[in-house]
Amino acid sequence: MAGQAILSARGLTRDFRGFRAVDGVDLDVAPETVHALVGPNGAGKTTLFNLLTGFLPPSAGRIELAGRDVTGLPPERVARLGVARSFQITSLFPQLGAREHVELALQAPSGLGWRFWRSAKLMRRYRDRADELLAMVGLAELAEAPAEALAYGRKRALELAIALALDPKVLLLDEPTAGMGLEDVDRTVDLIARVRAGRTVVMVEHNMSVVGRLADTVTVLQAGKVLVEGPYEQVRTDERVITAYLGAADAAH
Amino acid sequence: MTSAVDTPAEESARPAPPSGLLTVARAPGWVRYALLAAGLVVALWLPNGLYPAVAVDILCWALFAVSVDLLLGFTGLMSFGHAAFWGTSAYVTGLVAIHAGLPFPAAVLAGALAAALLALPIGYLAVKRTGIYFAMVTLAFAQMVYYVANEWRSVTQGENGLQGVPREFFGTDLSDDYYFYYAILPIVVLGLLAAWRIVHSPFGRVLVGIRDNPARARALGYPVHRYKLTAFVLSGFLAGLGGGLFAVGHRFVSLDVLHWTTSGKAVIVVVLGGIGTLWGGVLGAALVVRLEDWLSFSGFEAIGLVTGGIFVLVVLLFRRGIWGTVAHLARRRAAARRR
Repeated sequence: MAGQAILSARGLTRDFRGFRAVDGVDLDVAPETVHALVGPNGAGKTTLFNLLTGFLPPSAGRIELAGRDVTGLPPERVARLGVARSFQITSLFPQLGAREHVELALQAPSGLGWRFWRSAKLMRRYRDRADELLAMVGLAELAEAPAEALAYGRKRALELAIALALDPKVLLLDEPTAGMGLEDVDRTVDLIARVRAGRTVVMVEHNMSVVGRLADTVTVLQAGKVLVEGPYEQVRTDERVITAYLGAADAAH
Repeated sequence: MTSAVDTPAEESARPAPPSGLLTVARAPGWVRYALLAAGLVVALWLPNGLYPAVAVDILCWALFAVSVDLLLGFTGLMSFGHAAFWGTSAYVTGLVAIHAGLPFPAAVLAGALAAALLALPIGYLAVKRTGIYFAMVTLAFAQMVYYVANEWRSVTQGENGLQGVPREFFGTDLSDDYYFYYAILPIVVLGLLAAWRIVHSPFGRVLVGIRDNPARARALGYPVHRYKLTAFVLSGFLAGLGGGLFAVGHRFVSLDVLHWTTSGKAVIVVVLGGIGTLWGGVLGAALVVRLEDWLSFSGFEAIGLVTGGIFVLVVLLFRRGIWGTVAHLARRRAAARRR
């Protein structure tokens, strides 16, 4: 398994002033699968995401991307290696328009961003592709709208569009359906199901129906450690998981 | 759907408020050309309506303000030490003009390049910090430059200052400030156009992204520190361009050019004109330089009290500054008319 994993972690650990948020996590994400990370609040899912994308350096452990050691690389390097992420709390450029977001993402791998002596009109070369991506996430009508004026569900869709604009090998989605109404959840699930072709998706997700519809493999985290890992059906019926997470979630609903 | 308002139809029916970045660029074409023409007319008329020496100062400070706004308004970095670049260039320009006898544009270019070179190590260390810490680091380095200039008397003449900076230009007599103004106007216009180009370049778009959300920019693969450093060096060059012209304009360089109050005045000028508006800095420079001249001419001593008071009023009442407020009102009217 480890040999063929596209993204893997060994003994990944992160301490925050004596509090161990992620504790010796081993993770192997198989290529072209959807891998869900679930677990109660405080289980360390988002910290794990930040470790995998370089936003936090690990206190201990090792991360490999397609066999290459990427431990401790800064986020922009990880991104350039083909890992795109979304953020749990919507993270956009409030002053820029929806299309400008996607253009900025499409431009990132080129050297165009350094050309301070050229006109920004050069970025029009990305317009058609940007509009395609916006249409894909249902934002075709809102290409000109500044991000800050978009409704919540639309912002999440825009996040997905800019992550896809990077054409990543690995797409990390931090709670892609958080705070969405049913209709938006369905649309997002359909979209992920469509864009997963040829890619690997790692997602943190609280909504178990979303996990059930998309995930090939589920890793359950608790208190920073891997509790159980396996296919959704198997994990769902696991006694320990029901006690630790699903039971608590059911009680909450 | 979380609420009925979330439908796309309603969203698109709302006129999209233009981004804060391109306030002028998104104005209708005729407005832009009219503003440009008006600006050129004012620039050509200026030394006829003001003391030419004051007009020269306005041009220099316009470049300085725009260099600060490039960082403050378009990259989200408040430099509180830009006097280091303005002043270093003033000294280098003065020394080159005195000792090498080069035409003044070459001396100014040498000064601006020296400022850009100095911006490289300072920027390298400063861009790793954000917010108030960035401001403090830049201030600390500017203070170091000040003390070096103060101690290094053999070169800077210490408190006496560099005297007799020549206005050499292929034997042309530029001793009259009136003619000197027109001699430096093309250089200043080029500097302002360079700033405009930077802001409206693919690079400028990345800077605004970094200003609005650095974490997101990194997740897209942009090396944020290197972008900020590049912006810092470009800004140092533009500040140096202004500082060099200032030295030649005054034919004298004093330690004041490196003093922290010079850095502070540059920030005040930008805030007054409007952060992130570029041309607001030019307007702010004109107003502050003119006001200070008028106050000192009328024998008023506490000039800082007045500029500081205006600064406080602007921050409290017109956060967008003069240019920003006017642009905002114009946009609101245009939006209302569309509706």
